[in-house]
Amino acid sequence: MTYLYAAYAATWIIHVSYLGILVRRYARLRREIEELRKK
Amino acid sequence: MKRAFPIFGLLTGVLLSYALYQALVAAPTEQTMGDVQRIFYYHVPSAWTAFLLFLINFVASVVYLIRRNAKADIVALVTAEVGVVFCTVVLVTGPIWARPVWGIWWTWDLRLTLTLVLWLIYVSYLMLRRFSSSAQTPLMAAVLAVFGALDVPLVYFSIWFFRTQHPSPVIGGGGSLDPRMGRVLLINWAAFLCFAVLVCWSRYQLERVQRDLEETQALDALLEPGVPERRTPERGIPERGSSR
Repeated sequence: MTYLYAAYAATWIIHVSYLGILVRRYARLRREIEELRKK
Repeated sequence: MKRAFPIFGLLTGVLLSYALYQALVAAPTEQTMGDVQRIFYYHVPSAWTAFLLFLINFVASVVYLIRRNAKADIVALVTAEVGVVFCTVVLVTGPIWARPVWGIWWTWDLRLTLTLVLWLIYVSYLMLRRFSSSAQTPLMAAVLAVFGALDVPLVYFSIWFFRTQHPSPVIGGGGSLDPRMGRVLLINWAAFLCFAVLVCWSRYQLERVQRDLEETQALDALLEPGVPERRTPERGIPERGSSR
């Protein structure tokens, strides 16, 4: 069972990490747009 | 589409939860491997999803090579990125399954090695796109993607035509899979496909806005100060003059 849970956990860790990268990119993009608006 | 996105996201979440329940509880326990065989319901759908995304990447790259279409270029980039994520899942869950069943984490068997090569090809594709600033980057990436896609059928059919450590195909290759297991497998694949569509759509929008922003910043740098500024109502990115 340990291997089974490890595989399922690893799958979701990989997907959530990628989603985290996307959220960070989105936040950076919003910041850049706000800076451009202020100019 | 903006309204459909949260609804689709919610449905995908429900489907993923249902698929997880089916994989862990409802699916019958395999006789020889026991519960560890349930890794199959995440490992195989992830592999199929990765193959499908790389196939879409191939088609989008060919379209880009023929028409130089920017949308096709974005689709190619997005599918390669999400495909690499799913391929990573395959390469991680595979060894975790292999350890209790084969007694080893990894072997340089044809299927496993070709999958690793496939992952490396698309990682290099993403690195090319990330670190090359040449105007020819999309073109070079499209050519690389066309050649990289040749590895997909090699990976898929390697267990049909060669004797490998990896098990033979359980669907369509003469293998016999319990119909209840087959049903759970398809539910999980449907759930992961919906999840992949959701992630690809988000990434596509992100890339589109990023390119718009870069274009606006480039124009901003080119234009002299004092030119009247107006704002695009849709995305709120400021524009100068009417050059866009």
